[in-house]
Parts: sequence; C-alpha cells; structure tokens
Amino acid sequence: MKPNAADYYAREDLEALQLRRLKETVARVYHLVTFYRHKFEEAGIKPEDIRSLEDLRRLPFTVKQDLRDHYPFGLLAVPLEQVVRIHSSSGTTGKPTVVAYTEHDMRVWTEVMMRTLLMGRVGPGDVVHNAYGYGLFTGGLGFHYGAEALGAAVVPSSVGFTKRQLMLMRDFRATVLCCTPSYALHLAEVAQEEGLDPQKDFRLRAGFFGAEPASPGLRQAVSEVWGLKYFECYGLSEIIGPGVAASCEYGELHIFEDHFLPEIIHPETGEVLPEGEEGELVFTTLTKQALPLIRYRTRDISRLYREPCRCGRTILRMGRVVGRTDDMLIVSGVNVFPSQVEHVLTKVEGLTPNYVIVVDKKGVLDVLEVWVEVDERIFTGDLGSLENLKHKLEEELANHLFLRARVKLVEPKTLERSMGKAKRVIDRRELEEKLGR
Amino acid sequence: MRSQYAIKQLSVFLENRKGRLKELTEILYQAGVNIRALALAESAEFGILRLVVDNPEKARSVLSKAGFTVKEQEVFAVEVEDRPGGFYQVVKLLAEADINIDYTYAFVGGGEKAILIFKVPDEDLERAMEVVARGGIRLVEPIFFYSS
Repeated sequence: MKPNAADYYAREDLEALQLRRLKETVARVYHLVTFYRHKFEEAGIKPEDIRSLEDLRRLPFTVKQDLRDHYPFGLLAVPLEQVVRIHSSSGTTGKPTVVAYTEHDMRVWTEVMMRTLLMGRVGPGDVVHNAYGYGLFTGGLGFHYGAEALGAAVVPSSVGFTKRQLMLMRDFRATVLCCTPSYALHLAEVAQEEGLDPQKDFRLRAGFFGAEPASPGLRQAVSEVWGLKYFECYGLSEIIGPGVAASCEYGELHIFEDHFLPEIIHPETGEVLPEGEEGELVFTTLTKQALPLIRYRTRDISRLYREPCRCGRTILRMGRVVGRTDDMLIVSGVNVFPSQVEHVLTKVEGLTPNYVIVVDKKGVLDVLEVWVEVDERIFTGDLGSLENLKHKLEEELANHLFLRARVKLVEPKTLERSMGKAKRVIDRRELEEKLGR
Repeated sequence: MRSQYAIKQLSVFLENRKGRLKELTEILYQAGVNIRALALAESAEFGILRLVVDNPEKARSVLSKAGFTVKEQEVFAVEVEDRPGGFYQVVKLLAEADINIDYTYAFVGGGEKAILIFKVPDEDLERAMEVVARGGIRLVEPIFFYSS
C-alpha cells in the first residue's frame, strides 16, 4: 500500500476509521492518564459514551498549560520504557512543553512526513537539503525521517552558516529545499550577493516550507526567485511536529485527518463552528501512543473546508493560518514573546520598560521594531550615548531573540497616548491582511 | 571660574516627528522664554536640540510639563574677534591642553565680535575655562544670555 493511500479514502471509510481510532484513543487516555480520567469524570463522560464522531464535542479541551503543568512526563500514556524519542519546546514563557514518541509514533510521524513530501513527488534521486533546525525542535528530524523513508538523499544541514549551505546546495545538486519561507528568501538573497543565479546555478525544483505563517506574497517571492514549486507544511510539536497538514500541487492544505481529527471552535466560547467559518483550530490525535491529546487547542486561527480538492485527495482542507489567539508573535519563523523583549529592556539600568513591539512587512520579509521611550533618567543630553544605548539594546535583543530587531527611541508618553497602556504589540501584518491582501 | 562663567544649556530629546519642533518653540514663546542660542544635532531617527535661553529654569519647567525630555548641562561661551582665526585660537588652546570638545556652536552678532559656545566633558569644564582665559580669550558671563 502506498503511504499516502489514506489521502484518497472514501469519506465514509475514512470516518469509520476515525471513529474506531477515536474510541480507542479515548479509552486509552481514560484508563492510562490520570489527568484525562479526572477531566472526563468532571464532564460526566465515559469512553463508551463516544458513539459517533459528533460525540467528540462532548469531550473537554486540552491546552498548552496542561502540558506545562504535567512537566515532564505527567501526560504520558505509556511507561517511559516504550518512549524512543523526546522533544521539547524552549520553555521561554514558563516550563517547557515535552513531547514524547513511541516506536509506533515515530512510524506515524514518518508516514505523515512521507505524505507531505509526496505532495511534491519526492523520492529516489532527489537530494533533499534540510535546513530546518535539528535538535529539540521537531522540524529538522521530522523532515529528515520522512525524506529518508522515501529513498531520497538527505543533507542534514540544519540552520545557519548560510554561505556554506549555499555551497552544499550547489555542489550536491539539491533538488528539494526544506526550511522556513523567510530563510529560503534569505538564502536566495545571499546567493545573489555572491554573484550566483538561484535558478541557473542551482537545481531546486520543490520546496517544503513551514514553521511560520507565510503571506501569498512571500510564497510567490520564494517560488519565483528559486524557480521551484512551493509546498506548505503545517504542524505543531504537541500534535506530532511537522506533518499535521501539507499543501498539494494546487496549494491547498490537506490535513492528515486519519491521524489528527480537526475541529474549528470559537476561541472565546469554545463552541464548535460550522464548516468554512474562521476560528481556533483544535486537534484530537487518533493514533498517538505516548502522548495522545484530546481536543488540543492550537491557538492558531484558520478554517476547514470539506469540498473535494482538484488534486483528488478526499481529506479535509484547512485555510492558511491567519493568526494566533495568544500573544506569541511569529516573526520570520522565530517565536517572539513580549516578555522576552521586556526582559532585555529591564536589564539596562534606568530604562523604563515602556515599549511597544511593532511587527511589519517590508516587501515580503517580517521586520521587528521595538520602540523604547527615552526619559530623563537615561537621557544624558548627548547624541552618542543615545546611539550607544540603541546599539546595545539591538545587540542584546539579537542575542535573546535570535532575531534582528530595530530599536527606535521615542519620546516619553507617546506610546500610552497613541495606543493605550496594555497594548504591547502592534502587528501591522494582520492589518495588511484585513485590508484585503 | 565655573560658578562665574558656566552657562546653563538645555538639551531636549526630539523624535523626528512632524511638527515637534514647532510645538516646542511654541511652548517657549507662550512662556515668554527668549532663545539666545541654539543648535540642533540629529541622527536619522531623533534629534537633540541645544538651547541657551534667558530663563533656563522656566524653560525647563514648561518643557518638562509638556512631556519633553530635558537635560540641563553646563557649557561655556567665549567672545572672539569676527575675523579669520577667531575660532581657531580657542580650539588650539583646548587641543593643546588635551581637552576634547564634545560640540560647539557659534553666533555672529552683527558687530565685530562672535560668540562661541563650547561643550566639553564635565570634568574638564573648569580647566577648559582656565585654559582659554589664560590664553587671552574673553569668557562670556551668563548674564549676557540671561538678561535679554
């Protein structure tokens, strides 16, 4: 059987499979995870109450905080002896979230990554240049295993050392590129600076881009500059990593819903929304053993579409992720929390943590600005010391955020006046979207 | 010498924002503060306006109240002949004494004299005044600026 056969199941067969797996998962977590047993009991639900897919909505939600509260292994549904892989988030905003995989989970992950890469017909003969981060971040290894299983040659280059990456891509004749879309653009820019032609000197034919929201403009720029077919991949480590959904040759994102059952809910009321409406994406894992999650709230805002796709796949489609429900910003694929910025600012003596984070689009790239108020405690009266302060802050921010941020010094009280006290983030990218891009 | 000749200069932080300079000067005008000397230093994003006014206390208070960031600093002023070499002789004296000039600005007042204002590091201020005075340069007393 082809690894992507499930992409084409008849709807009723798929739903029968989903229901069987849902029942199994619910029974598993009820009997094996104290946290879920208590939650189900509170909600007055027993595993046998789940008789149809509709009954899913009777189950309680799981949120990221639940993962943090049970750090590190409190939500595992298997003994640690059965765990073969552990990944973790950085834990910047609190306790890190830990995700674990059994051997079976690794097979599922590899399968969905194969299905992702099969959207671009990756296989033997392809050289896959994998510039996603290797390590605790799930991106690098997720793509690695999927590409290898398809018989492609994988170059595990990970992130950074851009010029060396370009050399490897050229010398090894990479045909497929995997990285964040903004990094793909950066690679092209550096190639051009080096006097190389991204299309003539390289052989890329397809790229698999994810880990950050990409506007149509950015996607177009990436595919045009490299002359490649753009494939989008969506995922999150809590659910499995990359491989939750992937776009087909028509650019439609398909959810691998035989493994991950999606819903869209109203972010405030939690009510399930009808098909096509915008809301928070929620997933229930159907096949995971080590860390099954029931109705996990992704905080990503998207939509679901049921109608069949031109590509012939019958699995559900999801819209592009248009935003997040929490305050986390994703800037050029890097997670940025206002608290991190605050941390840097408060390290400078005498600086009031009066700041606003402004995210904007310059062309297709994300631009991060931090506006800091200058008050009489840090204002010495000379230009040089202000320039030094600005550069010091920029350097510190780069070290902490792993991202370049431009610091703009502004006059006191200008920030409160224009946008109210609690507003720390101005995301002009959202604004652009709303203005009908 | 410092107590006799130091002149209070106000430095105001200014964002490069349209109308900001107009607002500032309007506030001073309405408070009846006369600007005797000024210089504007700027980077790409912000500027610093240096002011010597007839009533520094009042200027500082009305500007702070209006939300401007103001810093008071001490500078000194000298009077030189308005002819080639006037500026040079002061700079030469300071350079020979190894005193760094942070910045300076000048006024040519229509007569035969020019007024030069110097900002040097605070710890060198006293010595800078002595050096120029010993070199035969006339220091301008604050009263020249304050009583307009």
